[in-house]
Amino acid sequence: MLDAQQLSLKSARYRRSILRLIKRAGAGHTSGDLSCVDILNVLYNRVLNVAPETFADPDRDRFIQSKGHSVEALYVVLADRGFFPESELETVCRFGSHFVGHPTRKVPGIEQNTGALGHGLPMSVGAALAGKMDARPFRVFTLLGDGELAEGSNWEASLTAAHYGLDNLVVIVDRNFLQITGPTEDVCALEPLEAKFRDFGYCVRTCDGHDVAALVQALESVPFREGRPSLLLARTIKGKGVSFMENDPSWHHGVPDEEQYAAAMRELDAAVAEREAEVAADD
Amino acid sequence: MTERSAAAARGGLTMGRPNLVEFADTLLALGREDRDVVVVTSDSRGSGKLTGFARELPDQVVEVGVAEQNLVGIAAGLASAGKKVFAVSPACFLTARALEQIKNDVAYSGNPVTLVGISAGVSYGALGSTHHSLHDTAALRCINNVDIVVPADNFETRSAVRAAAECPRPVYLRFGKKPMPDLHKPDASFRIGRAMRLRAGSDAVFVATGETVCRAAAAARALAERGVSAGVISMHTVKPLDREALLGAARGANALITVEEHSVYGGLGEACAAVLLQGGVRTRFRILGLPDEYTVTGSQEEIFRHYGISPEGLTELAGQLLNA
Ligand SMILES: Cc1ncc(C[n+]2csc(CCOP(=O)(O)OP(=O)(O)O)c2C)c(N)n1
Ligand SMILES: [Mg+2]
Repeated sequence: MLDAQQLSLKSARYRRSILRLIKRAGAGHTSGDLSCVDILNVLYNRVLNVAPETFADPDRDRFIQSKGHSVEALYVVLADRGFFPESELETVCRFGSHFVGHPTRKVPGIEQNTGALGHGLPMSVGAALAGKMDARPFRVFTLLGDGELAEGSNWEASLTAAHYGLDNLVVIVDRNFLQITGPTEDVCALEPLEAKFRDFGYCVRTCDGHDVAALVQALESVPFREGRPSLLLARTIKGKGVSFMENDPSWHHGVPDEEQYAAAMRELDAAVAEREAEVAADD
Repeated sequence: MTERSAAAARGGLTMGRPNLVEFADTLLALGREDRDVVVVTSDSRGSGKLTGFARELPDQVVEVGVAEQNLVGIAAGLASAGKKVFAVSPACFLTARALEQIKNDVAYSGNPVTLVGISAGVSYGALGSTHHSLHDTAALRCINNVDIVVPADNFETRSAVRAAAECPRPVYLRFGKKPMPDLHKPDASFRIGRAMRLRAGSDAVFVATGETVCRAAAAARALAERGVSAGVISMHTVKPLDREALLGAARGANALITVEEHSVYGGLGEACAAVLLQGGVRTRFRILGLPDEYTVTGSQEEIFRHYGISPEGLTELAGQLLNA
């Protein structure tokens, strides 16, 4: 099992792969990828009971990425976990490829086709209900954006999740305080968000969404309470890891030019080197 | 050569701007003239090129966040209280997610909202089917009391935006984001429901809509070089369909091909087929659009080429149909 240092190293490498992929594809949701990649890392390398060999197992844990636009991060993590060869990433968004700019089930490891926001939670509630009906041990995890929370379907599904006491459901919110137009609180205010979720019946926890140890701790202790759906508010920074992308809404679907790419890669390479040194020092 | 200059060279036409930009500028001009013009957005102001509008006329913008159902319901309420409302969101989400609000709050209740579907058809290219709108014309055609307008170039877009603002009925406007060649003379006249003939032709006629019209026009020129006389009609209003223009075109040619950036089901093509058959016109006829299959991955241009919605594909199809 990977420890926090090894997970941090993975995150640093994932960030580099994401940027490389986006540069090559000429498209991508750059800052949202960098915002949620630590969450995906912890899910796929520590938490989810799923692997390429068990993907057809009815008892596998499900992960449905509702903020489908961050598909590049998902592709990179799934490739690293061996769901398909890394070389496939070269075809993202290319003519005839199955790797489109949003998740689809044509790609091994992906549970549901998403990309239209506000669909992941209702589908997750349905899958969790089926698990309860059949007394199966699997859990259902879903990842939502914070801007995405304006879609009413999330709140409708939350009512159902609480009504049925779905403690096999784990909702993770990538709380980066940004959407396309700008800050969430300027576009469509969400705060006090924790209280809203609590009122809707979730057992809520908040953590630093870039602190892999904190993410492991939170996600390994689900359900947060028996008989209640769990909700993790992961506080994140949109564009995390590339200084000039952080908290800048223009990187939502910005693709770096040559110069920006080189600058970003310098920062990401340095982060990888730093983590490698930490892991080596510990061995 | 870039896609843009290549397209222009093919057509020998001057290249205009994206219809999206033309729409945004026209709307800003309208907003300045009339303080009752209100734009409603769903985290879509950047995609709708409306950042300038929001900066200059902030009191005429309502932002609802990523919530298309809410967008359309609120737009209907604003219109019911006298505002001239433009609800702007990607065509895919606007017409699928908010379909019931369109049906009941806008069309059935008779609130004259202008629904603006941006980046329509396969404009989002490799972002995939969640982002494509190949269903919108079909879905809205069977809802009473909403006009469907799909402008081909900047002139049609500009005119359609102005016409929609004054239209007593709800209007659905739909367009893409690629630069479009100018197809009309500046003194042309535009009316919702009135087709525009770009070119007369007695062998074949293309009845096209939106971003496919310039491709049909290029095909008609290529056919002319081979001695085939092909006409082109921009059927910018898919509903109500200009039956006279359609029947006239069909009677005056040996073959008729409809072209649209939409599923072959339920769109312009099937609307034309119904008019032609019921009008007693028998002609060689083909519907060209996106087939009923898992859409291939690619840019809009690549997808068009793959399915033959290109000058080359249309030229070939017309040839086959005439020789059949
Ligand atoms: C139903 C729907 N409406 C609109 C969009 C377009 N869209 C894609 S991402 C996005 C903003 C999402 O913001 P947020 O949920 O905060 O995501 P993040 O910041 O994590 O990228 C929007 C409006 C969409 N994909 N689906
Ligand atoms: Mg966000």
